[in-house]
Amino acid sequence: MNIPYTVEERPDSGLTNGKFGIWLFLASEVMLFGALFSTYIILRQGSVEWPHGELNVWLGMANTFILIASSVTMVMSWANFKMGNFSKGRMFLLMTFVLAGIFLVNKYFEYADHFTRGEVPSHSTFLAIYYTLTGLHGLHIIGGMVVMLYLLAPGTGLWKRNPEQYTGRIEYTGLYWHFVDLVWIFLFPILYLL
Amino acid sequence: MVGAILFAGTVITVAANQVHLAVPLAITVALIIATVKGSFVAAVFMHLSAEKKWIYAALLLTVIGFLVLMTVPMFTLHDTIGTPIHVAAPAHGGGH
Repeated sequence: MNIPYTVEERPDSGLTNGKFGIWLFLASEVMLFGALFSTYIILRQGSVEWPHGELNVWLGMANTFILIASSVTMVMSWANFKMGNFSKGRMFLLMTFVLAGIFLVNKYFEYADHFTRGEVPSHSTFLAIYYTLTGLHGLHIIGGMVVMLYLLAPGTGLWKRNPEQYTGRIEYTGLYWHFVDLVWIFLFPILYLL
Repeated sequence: MVGAILFAGTVITVAANQVHLAVPLAITVALIIATVKGSFVAAVFMHLSAEKKWIYAALLLTVIGFLVLMTVPMFTLHDTIGTPIHVAAPAHGGGH
């Protein structure tokens, strides 16, 4: 028995189950990161002094560029799958995956540099919230990469059986990926610049 | 096009930071630019400029919840828990 409304839209909402599901998930994600942003404000308000210039702005800026570029390639991937161009769609999805990997490699070097200088989470309130926010964001990057890897390799079988459903999965992955980019757009200035 | 706007927004944010504005002004400028960039991502990349009403309804609840979370720090400004209460010293020469 097939699961209904995976490709066709529900008559009441005009949405597929997958699309409404991913938006509800993203709503819960907004609350998760919102709670941590709120915590950041409370910690900063309550601190006597707040460090400036502890993080490498240029590395943070490079990672912002990388995530923006990955959002663009994700859109290109979805657009190509939507037009029935499998090879180009897959190529752009692979580019998104690679860019996500480069982001994590940069983050690894950044963390390693801090750790060698003894700047661990227990070092200061700023570093505690920095590692919490960027660590959770990094886990989201890894989660997105796992889904992309599935869609690049074993998940491609669905394209042959049901290309519309496969394109839907690309769209939902894209929505999640843009959200991860959106979170970083706010994380970069509050942690690296202010 | 949107990608170019996002790249430019990032450069402007960093450039504004190099000017060394006063902290409240720097926070305002950085958050305004981040909000503009975020709006472009949500409106164009996530297609929120033309979505179904069910998604807008779900996001309206999210926005309300998010705003509540952002106002929580304001309440901490008026939080007196843990603050020592200074009781006025009794006047000298007073009887029982």
